[in-house]
Amino acid sequence: MTTPPRWRRFDEWDTRALRHDQFAAQNSEAGFSTFQSPWDPAPSARLENGRIVEIDGKPEAEFDIIDSFIATHFLDPDIVEEAMAMDSTEVARLLVDINVPRERLERLACGMTPAKLVSVVSVMSALEITFAYAKMRQRRTPGNQAHVTNAKDDPLQLAADAATAVALGFDEIETTMRVASNSWANAMACAVGAAVGRGGVLFQCSIEEAEELQIGMAGFTSYAETVSVYGTEAAFVDGDDTPWSKAFLTAAYASRGIKTRCTSGASAELLMGFHERKSVLYLEARCLCLQSAMGVQGTQNGGIDGAPLTASMASGMRELMAENLIAVWLGLECASGNDTRVSESEIRVGAKITPYLLAGSDLLCSGFGSIKKYDNSFNPSLFNGEEIEDYLALQRDFEVDGGLTPLDEEETGRLRMRAIEAVAAVFDELGLAEVKPEWMSSVAAASGSLETETFSPGEVTRISNKIRDRRLTALDVVRALARRGFEQEAENLMLMLRQRISGDYLQTSAILRDGKVISAINDPNHYSGPATGYNMTPERWEKVQNVRDLQTIEKVMEHEAPVDPTAKAWLVPVGTAGKGKDAHEVVVGLSPAFGVELTRTTAGHDLIDVVLALTEGIRDGGGVPRLVRIRHTADTSFLGLTAARLSGSGYGIGIQAKGTAVIHKADRLPHLNVELFSNSPVTTLDHYRAMGRNAALYTHGESPEPVLVPVDGRSLAARYHVRVSMLYAIETSLVEADASPVEVVMELGQGAMR
Amino acid sequence: MKDVLEQYPISEKCPEQAVSASGKTINDLTLSEVLSGRIDAEDIRISADVLQLQARIARAAGREGLARNLERAAELVAVPQDIVLETYEMLRPGRLENPEPLRARAEMLRRDYGAHTIAAFIEEAVAVYQSRKLFRRRY
Repeated sequence: MTTPPRWRRFDEWDTRALRHDQFAAQNSEAGFSTFQSPWDPAPSARLENGRIVEIDGKPEAEFDIIDSFIATHFLDPDIVEEAMAMDSTEVARLLVDINVPRERLERLACGMTPAKLVSVVSVMSALEITFAYAKMRQRRTPGNQAHVTNAKDDPLQLAADAATAVALGFDEIETTMRVASNSWANAMACAVGAAVGRGGVLFQCSIEEAEELQIGMAGFTSYAETVSVYGTEAAFVDGDDTPWSKAFLTAAYASRGIKTRCTSGASAELLMGFHERKSVLYLEARCLCLQSAMGVQGTQNGGIDGAPLTASMASGMRELMAENLIAVWLGLECASGNDTRVSESEIRVGAKITPYLLAGSDLLCSGFGSIKKYDNSFNPSLFNGEEIEDYLALQRDFEVDGGLTPLDEEETGRLRMRAIEAVAAVFDELGLAEVKPEWMSSVAAASGSLETETFSPGEVTRISNKIRDRRLTALDVVRALARRGFEQEAENLMLMLRQRISGDYLQTSAILRDGKVISAINDPNHYSGPATGYNMTPERWEKVQNVRDLQTIEKVMEHEAPVDPTAKAWLVPVGTAGKGKDAHEVVVGLSPAFGVELTRTTAGHDLIDVVLALTEGIRDGGGVPRLVRIRHTADTSFLGLTAARLSGSGYGIGIQAKGTAVIHKADRLPHLNVELFSNSPVTTLDHYRAMGRNAALYTHGESPEPVLVPVDGRSLAARYHVRVSMLYAIETSLVEADASPVEVVMELGQGAMR
Repeated sequence: MKDVLEQYPISEKCPEQAVSASGKTINDLTLSEVLSGRIDAEDIRISADVLQLQARIARAAGREGLARNLERAAELVAVPQDIVLETYEMLRPGRLENPEPLRARAEMLRRDYGAHTIAAFIEEAVAVYQSRKLFRRRY
């Protein structure tokens, strides 16, 4: 017995993008476990005199900084006993029950330890977690957040890309820098860009905590998100904070009118090397109880930087959804991850976002890479500039609102240039820098920083330092914009500054829509089954459907119309078609619209060339071609059979205007043809020639090799069926059930040809 | 308690309550006022009163933790930027070798700015940091 050969398919699979992903085996000792580890504690809580003295098996004397904070500020002593006593599966059932209001579940959560919360979501499937998320998320209207960065920290491109992100419908934009010192330049440029167009977009500059607070205090930013918390004490301290320092920071931001959300996520502790052998979900549950205790309004979680590592584990994507569920269950706004490229496989990427599209989220992505992957200073996001239209298509596919709107090409060009001009004007007005005109058009057109002619890195840092040293604020930018003719932009920036003093967007899940604050308070999510919760208005759905290059009948016909509608017909009728007598005749049965209303095959071949190829081929095979217009059917098989029965040899060819063809024989059943050419998009003139030749050879009693049109795996249906079905309707509309076939001859200005 | 929820968003429902730390209302913050120089950076600072109102709104909406955070924030409004930033730094691990500066800071905030909950919060941190031995330098 010889050794069987290795199946080559494995070699081919090795070449796919998926093979770049790493899949990690379960290993709790090394920190690689999603929902459970032997070192996860069992849920428990003990009270003494109304004080929490034990959490998840750990007594007070052993509390670390996270346990202490949770014991003091999170767990409600009045609810703990009731909540901890509940059966976890029972609670899970309540989470997916559309008749159980969120308030009841949120109240129970206040009495649950991290391990208890984990025990509930652990019994839920991915579907149930998704459904519960749809029910428990805080704000009714879904939203989205974008990354706006570039490899050069180029302020011109930041402004243009910020304006583009606003046009796409993002509610928040976030920037960060390749070079930390450029933070003030990034902040000013994005603030200007975000004010172009509709305005009302919240903006964040992600940098070291104290610097970020200062930039916020200068009025450039409206929110801070990367207030990171961690699930083990060692990771927290290594991350340079404690729950108290972070809670103080959160209060500091609020005292300056800046919205804040914390950041946490599975595998952060694993990446930092301090996982204590506990499951990633358990550690994240600690982070979330902590955030609720800190009183922050929301969280950015769902793995975040730890998402790819989590996605390498079995049940990893389910875990990421589970941690988002715990967050909203605790009453937090959730910017639900989907902000890191977890896989090189486009299929895994598309799969990951789908449950969130279906369930909705406060901010589906935290954030979406609105720029190209190489320009993303956070590292590539789950979706990036390259994939925006795929995301738009998914919204349309499922009839869901993922927060984005298709772009109008002209409007986008206008907004980009406007943003560049605005930031150039501001830089000039404030004596920060001079912008060369050729830079402006270069950046406006550029898809990414590799294509731009702009500031040098050193110049950007100098601009940034000037802004910082001169203590410029957003008001200086407002004045500069207004003085240089950008009143609308100045007003848009003022809108954000005005909102700052109202504090309205400090409430849970607050964003701005149409210049007004909507949040979990005035736009609460009370999803409780069909026809409840968020549904797109007809106007919104109309916009979502209207993706670029929509195929309408008018557009399709424009593409198909004959070049010269006054040209003479090239297929001239010469009388009713009768039965032929020549034993080597091949009748070619043409469909009703062939060469008249429709002039090209789906592959783009002119029908004149197709007929020439067929007739040449027939003669080449020793046959005699005759052309017949068939009017009582447009179906390929019946075209072919009718032609065959008219033919002296009993062999005929049927062909539709779109190019679908068949060789048929008179004594055959309609759909039992001799040879079928069903993939007209890939049928070439050589194929038609070979078709004619084969038909002729059949009349001589020969058995030629059938003509095989290779299928190369492209989805012809996806590429062509919309156009094809619209065009075919033209053929079928011309069908006259009682009309007899008519013999036609070709007249190409050189006398009749058969 | 539920009535206070009717006031949200205050920028729409009762804009006269949306008063900045310097006493300007939201409707005073117009572009022309900014251009004329009658509005400057001080005028776009949120006030303690507004934060207290938003805290009451959060509490009425069942968000107790957020309410307490906003109340802590209200206490920090009057505290100058550099003190806020310095206090934050002092609360981070590895900045102090002993608790005294933090205790002194808590007392100063209580005494000079009436920031009672913030002071208690810092003192709570001091106790935990001591028991977890976090008073040691990291650099």
